[in-house]
Amino acid sequence: MNTLAKTISGKYLDSVKLMLISKELRSLKGVEDAVAITATKENKEILAATGMLVPDAEAASETEIVIVIKAADEETAKAAMQKATSLVENPPAPVSGIISSEVRNLAKAIEILPEANLCLISVAGKYAAAEAEKALDKGLHVMLFSDNVSLEDELALKHKALKKGLLMMGPDCGTAIINGLPLAFANNVPTGNIGIVSASGTGLQDITCGIANRGCGITQAFGTGGRDGKKEIGGIMLKACLQYLMDDTDTEVIVLMGKTPAPEVLNELMRLIKQTHKPVIVNFLKQIELPELPNLQSSVSLAETAELACQACKKPYTEIDSPVYKIPTLPQNRKYIRGLYSGGTLCQEAILIYKRLFGAEPFSNVGAKLLAEGWHTQEDSYIDMGSDEFTVGRPHPMIDYSLRLKKLSEEAADKQVGVILLDVVLGYGAHPDPASELVPVLQKFPGEICIVCHVLGTDADPQDRQKQIAALRECGVYAFTSHANAVDFSLKTLMKNRENV
Amino acid sequence: MIKLDKGKPKVINIGLESFAADLLSQGAEVISVAWKPPLNIDKRWTELIERSRDKIEAANTKALEIINAGRPVLVGMGIAGDVIPGMHKNLILHAGPPITWEKMCGPMHGAIIGALLYEGRAKTPEEAEELAASGTIDYAPCHEHGCTGPMAGIISPSMPVFIIKNEAYGNYTYATQNEGLGKVLRYGAYSEEVIVRLKWMETVLYPVLSKAIKFLGTINLQGLIAQALHMGDEVHNRNRAGTSLLIRQLAPAILKTSVDAEQSAAVLDFINGNDHFFLNLSMPACKAALDPARNIPGSSIAVVMARNGTEFGVQLSAMGDRWFTGPALVPDALYFPGYSKADANPDIGDSAITETGGLGGFAIAAAPAIVQFVGGTAKDALSYTLSMYEICFGESSSYQIPALDFRGTPLGIDVVKVIENNLSPVIDTGVAHKNPGVGQVGAGVVKAPFEPFIKAYQALAESFDNYKE
Repeated sequence: MNTLAKTISGKYLDSVKLMLISKELRSLKGVEDAVAITATKENKEILAATGMLVPDAEAASETEIVIVIKAADEETAKAAMQKATSLVENPPAPVSGIISSEVRNLAKAIEILPEANLCLISVAGKYAAAEAEKALDKGLHVMLFSDNVSLEDELALKHKALKKGLLMMGPDCGTAIINGLPLAFANNVPTGNIGIVSASGTGLQDITCGIANRGCGITQAFGTGGRDGKKEIGGIMLKACLQYLMDDTDTEVIVLMGKTPAPEVLNELMRLIKQTHKPVIVNFLKQIELPELPNLQSSVSLAETAELACQACKKPYTEIDSPVYKIPTLPQNRKYIRGLYSGGTLCQEAILIYKRLFGAEPFSNVGAKLLAEGWHTQEDSYIDMGSDEFTVGRPHPMIDYSLRLKKLSEEAADKQVGVILLDVVLGYGAHPDPASELVPVLQKFPGEICIVCHVLGTDADPQDRQKQIAALRECGVYAFTSHANAVDFSLKTLMKNRENV
Repeated sequence: MIKLDKGKPKVINIGLESFAADLLSQGAEVISVAWKPPLNIDKRWTELIERSRDKIEAANTKALEIINAGRPVLVGMGIAGDVIPGMHKNLILHAGPPITWEKMCGPMHGAIIGALLYEGRAKTPEEAEELAASGTIDYAPCHEHGCTGPMAGIISPSMPVFIIKNEAYGNYTYATQNEGLGKVLRYGAYSEEVIVRLKWMETVLYPVLSKAIKFLGTINLQGLIAQALHMGDEVHNRNRAGTSLLIRQLAPAILKTSVDAEQSAAVLDFINGNDHFFLNLSMPACKAALDPARNIPGSSIAVVMARNGTEFGVQLSAMGDRWFTGPALVPDALYFPGYSKADANPDIGDSAITETGGLGGFAIAAAPAIVQFVGGTAKDALSYTLSMYEICFGESSSYQIPALDFRGTPLGIDVVKVIENNLSPVIDTGVAHKNPGVGQVGAGVVKAPFEPFIKAYQALAESFDNYKE
């Protein structure tokens, strides 16, 4: 044990400041105990009681500050003493922000921002409905990001909203762009004449980006939450938003998307579409029978949906950047594909395309052919890492790449894996620089694995899409900006490997 | 039909702060709510309270008028056994809600041992402890005998006390003389120096002060507190200005009335050397102003917050002498060198009467010198005071915060607002070591626990249920 003591005279610091300095010193590694204190009689007693009253401290006068440091070794003690001296000579500026805000509730927030017209709610599910109800009562549109809200609550909230002429987007609504303002997980998309209503978050992101990347723009991108099309909810918001877009003079083309709605909801949606002359493009994520309407087109591909919407604008638009890569040849043993997704709708689309090609679904944690355990992939497997089993107690994989990086490394170490397919979602809410996470890991992968990546975003997004793509390509990733193209390439690579057998 | 105004939405964000940050980065107007999970309150109570809002409002208006009209003055001194109502030779008063010897914390045990030694009821600490546990000695809360006591708050029959009168309502309150810092009875110390000091306070300090106060007639405590707030005190954790102002009044009177110059000097030295001397006057002054606001049916205003080192107790205007209690919390404080939270006793003392009276933590914006206790900046202190307006029924008409353009301090803790805003009172506090005899180990702020307030809210709600017009 090394004990150092020092006396500083001609300097006055109040006792609270000195306590804070002492606290900081004690937190230093290797420091057993430390104190900076004015050498009054009472304080010397305190020092004595704690075994810190070394002779130097005892000799100090009433107005002097003594510093006593006990550390494991001399070097640590010296370093701590140096730090202590500088802290006493130049005491730290006060730390602000202990109390983050005086705004503790919605009423107070409205007092401060009376023109507020939208409430974005992302508190834990069990409290979310109550907050949403308060917001609707105050006349605010609501975007409810939270999940784990009961169907009864969702229904009640949507009824209330409808009565008041308000949006009730969600629960579990991750994406919306209202009057040009991206909310939660959303991208920077220019204003235009395409209006979108979607029950799928990543679907909405992918379509809005597809539109932006083709040089077109949107009026609104409404999210409804994934369950709106269910029989229990009756498509309340899907219908209300569709009606809004039909009536909105700025909107000339409408996109409607989400999981296939319940038959009665579908009928009502079709009845509405019949009442408008505006072109409507629907994407229900699977092939279903739809009535023949002159203004209705349908697609099951996100990329194609965006393409059709742009076509319907009847204005020139740019072709999407579609890189021509040579299909790589993989070693014979590397015969399986693994999809590691952060976007649920993208994962489902990938599974759908796989099924169309091979006639059967791959293993997955979200489709018909379930993995025994989501984590343990086998043969051809697709995992939606944004599903609940992976997000309990940790951030969404669009924000936190750690779990996906771990899984990526595991898959690459599997000598039977030839193709890894993943999505990188850019935009607000998402990780500020995904390439910085992925590149160091991907660089270490053996060259014989084919990494295919769909980069979802626009050039106006905060992450700098071109830089992200360039960094990924730099380390050998086959990066695409259209999900359909990415999936197509991954499957072609897989087929080539299998044909060679 | 959905109606959506043109222009970028103006957003209120409740939840993930990163969403608000993203919106701000786009230049959107956004306000983030510092949200936390609501308290779990039975809907039945909420409805009963909702139904009775007008009645509560009227009752609280009356209670606040009474508190604001109070005029606490120091009128004299006396010996506890002679002046405190109900005091008798086997009674010891303590801080906080009622408690048995067995359940008392270390510092309170230590202080009672010290008091019995001081009273000459025992010769050794062991003897004192035996007597204390024997059943011969009765224990009661200070608050039930018109008193307030800091920390352990022990008052035994021979101790001299200040006598405070609320001139507007004629009620009296009492408190002992403050012993200073270091090894002192109120922190549970009972060594010889503690007893010797108490004896000196009885035989020298008390007679000198008593004569001086008699000479002065009365000392207007309300006036002193109001001035002290303008001079950087909040009269709970900082009493330097209040003590200085008191000495300015006392000094000439002591010189005129004391025959012994040595004693006069010793008394003035003692007060001068103890910044907290005024605390034992600010506390009974607050109690004197609050007590007349008791027993107003329907009033949700707290008239007492007090801790005994084991439990935190609240009394409500509408609920008579009932205590609502819950476990006292360990303060998140700044600790003296060599000590940490592990050494700390749970919150203790009647001094939270200052917060109940709109001072202490509620007035911390007036005391920039001690803002380190609340985060370090004057802004932090302002936030604390501002947040307390949200749980108070009104404002003080006597005590002001200079930094808030002399706005009255938040006054009248409204239990309904505490529950509805999910915001508990902040209390400035000293921290005692959990073992008797060690003394003070830190200082800081502590949030009152919710449990007593939830119980008080429930009782108030049920009182409306029982009330049939």
